[in-house]
Amino acid sequence: MALETTGGYWSPVIWLAAFIVAFLISYIIWGMGEKKHAKGEQEKPFLSGMEEPPKEEVHIRAENMYWGFTDTLRGYYDFMKKIHTGIINDYVLWFLGMATIFFIVVILPEVFK
Amino acid sequence: MNDWIVTNAPILIIATPLFAAFLTPLVDRVSKRGRDAMVFVATLITLVIAFILAKNVFDNGLVVYTLGGKSVGLTLPSGYHVPVRIILEVDGMSVFMAMISTLTSFVGLLYSFSYIKGEGSGKYYTLFLMMLVGMLGMEMTGDLFNLFVFLEILSVSSAALIAFYARKGKPLEASIKYIIISSLAALFVLFAIGLLYGEYNLLNMGALAGEISSEATFTFTTQIAFILLFASFVLKAGAAPMHMWLPDAYGEAPGAISMVLVAATQASLYALLRVCFTVYSMAIDASTIGIILISLGLVSIFIGATMALIQINMKRLIGYAAVAEIGYILLAIGVGFFELAKVGGGGVISEYGLKALQGGVFHIFNDVLDIGLLFLVAGAVIYVTKESNLNKLGGLAHSMKYSSIFFIIGMAAVSGLPPLNGFASKILIYESVYKVSPITSIIAILASIFMLAIFVKIFHSVFMGPKLSEFATCKEAPKLMLGSMAVIAVIMIFFGLFPDFVVNNIVNPAVNALMNQAGYIGSVLGGV
Repeated sequence: MALETTGGYWSPVIWLAAFIVAFLISYIIWGMGEKKHAKGEQEKPFLSGMEEPPKEEVHIRAENMYWGFTDTLRGYYDFMKKIHTGIINDYVLWFLGMATIFFIVVILPEVFK
Repeated sequence: MNDWIVTNAPILIIATPLFAAFLTPLVDRVSKRGRDAMVFVATLITLVIAFILAKNVFDNGLVVYTLGGKSVGLTLPSGYHVPVRIILEVDGMSVFMAMISTLTSFVGLLYSFSYIKGEGSGKYYTLFLMMLVGMLGMEMTGDLFNLFVFLEILSVSSAALIAFYARKGKPLEASIKYIIISSLAALFVLFAIGLLYGEYNLLNMGALAGEISSEATFTFTTQIAFILLFASFVLKAGAAPMHMWLPDAYGEAPGAISMVLVAATQASLYALLRVCFTVYSMAIDASTIGIILISLGLVSIFIGATMALIQINMKRLIGYAAVAEIGYILLAIGVGFFELAKVGGGGVISEYGLKALQGGVFHIFNDVLDIGLLFLVAGAVIYVTKESNLNKLGGLAHSMKYSSIFFIIGMAAVSGLPPLNGFASKILIYESVYKVSPITSIIAILASIFMLAIFVKIFHSVFMGPKLSEFATCKEAPKLMLGSMAVIAVIMIFFGLFPDFVVNNIVNPAVNALMNQAGYIGSVLGGV
C-alpha cells in the first residue's frame, strides 16, 4: 500500500487516516461554537455603517485576483507578454533559435574535441 | 480466436479505428445513431485491445509484429541482412502510451456525443478516429518513416478538429498555427530520417540503434539527424520556450479534443523518449542531453505557471498549466537520463535516477488525466454558458454542482495535493531531483503551490460567488459529459490511493523498456 520514494515512502492510507482524525477534531471544535446568534441582522458584514451592496456587485472577478502579485512583477510580465506575440513567424523563430542552441551545445564540443 | 487477437493485437489496435474512420462517413449517411454506435464500439474494441496487448507485453516482454511476413527474418530479400518490411515493436513503454491514448479517446468520445451535434458531426468522428490512429501508430511502430507518417496523420486530424466548430476567428487562427508548427516539425523529422537512411540504408529503429551505438559507424551526419529529431519532438511536446502554439491550440479546441490533444502531445513526447533512450541512447553525450532536458523542464515549469496566472480565458489558462506539467515530466526524464549517462551502456542506474524515471513516466499518465479532466470541466462550462472569459463567469456552483466537484478533484490533482495521483508522481520527482539539484526541486515544489493558487483563481471566478443574473437559467452539464468526467476522476482517485500498484504494474515495465536498449535492438536484429 506504500509507494517507495528516494527518501522514504508515501502511504495514502496513513495520510487518509490522519486526515479523518484531523477532520473529526476540527468538526468537534466547530460544533462547540456559539449557536445562539441572531439570524439576519447579526449575520450581515459591518461596512462602517454603509449599506451592503448586492452580492453580484462585490464578486471579485478573475482580473482583480492576485493584482498585488502581478503588479509587483510588472517588469517580468511586461517582458513575457512582449515575447508571447501570438505571431506564427515568432513561434518558428523560437524553434529555429532553440534548434541552433541544441546544435551548439551538443555537437560543437564534439567537433572541437 | 483469443490467441489470434493476442497475436495480431499490434496491428488490430491501429486497423480497428482506421477501418471505423473510413466507414464513419458512409454510416453517417444512413443513420446518425448507427454512426454513434459504430464509433463507440470501434473505440471500445481499441481500448480492450490496448489492455490485452499490455497484458501480453507485461507478461511475455517485447512483441515484434511484421506486416506481410511471419517473422522479422522472413522480410528479407535473399542475403540482405536488415529488416525491410513494416515492423511494429511493442514494448512496455509503447503499451503504456497506448493505454493513455485509447482511454482518453474513449472518454473523449463519450463526452463528444453530448458536445458535438448538428451538421458535419460525421466528419468530426472520422477525424477523431484518425487522431487515435495517429497516436497509436506513433506508439506501436518500430520504423522511423512510419513514425513520420503517423505523426502527419495525427497533426492533420488534430488541426482540423481544433477549428471544427468555427468558420472564422481564433479557432481557425489556432488551427493554422498548429498545422504550420506541426508541418515544420514533420519536415525536420523527415529530413533527419533522410540523413539516417542515407547514412545506414535503414529505417528500423532497432537496427538503426544497433548501427548508431557502434563508434565505428557513428558519424557527424548522425549527430545532425539527432538534433533535428530532438528539436522537432521537443517542439511538438510543447516545452518552453517553444510552447507558444500550445495554449492557442488547447484554448480554442472543443472540450473533448483539448483532452485528446494532451494525449497527442504526449505521443510526441514518447517519440522524443524513443529517440533519446532507444535509437541514440549512449551514442550521444547523454549527460549534456540530460542537462538540456532538465533546463527545458525548469523553464517550462516556470513560464507555464507564471503565464497561467495572468490569463483570463479559462482554457488558455489550463493550456499554460499543461506547459508547466510537461516541464515536470522533462525535468524527471532529464534527471533519469543524466543518471543513466553516469553508468554508460552497462551497470546499474542509481536509485534516485530510477525513481526520477518512474516519477516522469507516471506523471505522463497523470498529466493527461489531471489536465484532461480540467479541460472537460472547462468544456462543460463553455457548453452551458457559451462563455470562457473568467471576468464574466461566476456563481456556477449553484447550478453546476457535479462539475464544480470534478473541478476541485482536477485542481487538487494538478497542484499535487495528497492523496491524489498528481502528488504520487510529483513526490517521486521532487525527491529524486533534489539529489541532483536541491534548488531545482524547490522551484518545482514552489511552482506546484503556485499552480494551486492559479486554479483557486479559476474556481473562485467561475464557480464561487452569488448566482449571476446572466447565468440564472444555466443548468448542469448533460449526463454523458458528467459521466466522462466521473470516469477520469475515479481513475485519478484510484491512482492516488494505490500508487504502488500503478508503479509496479504499469510504470515499471515502461521504465524498464526505456532503459533496455539492448533488448529492443536484439528483438529485431535477433530475427534477421
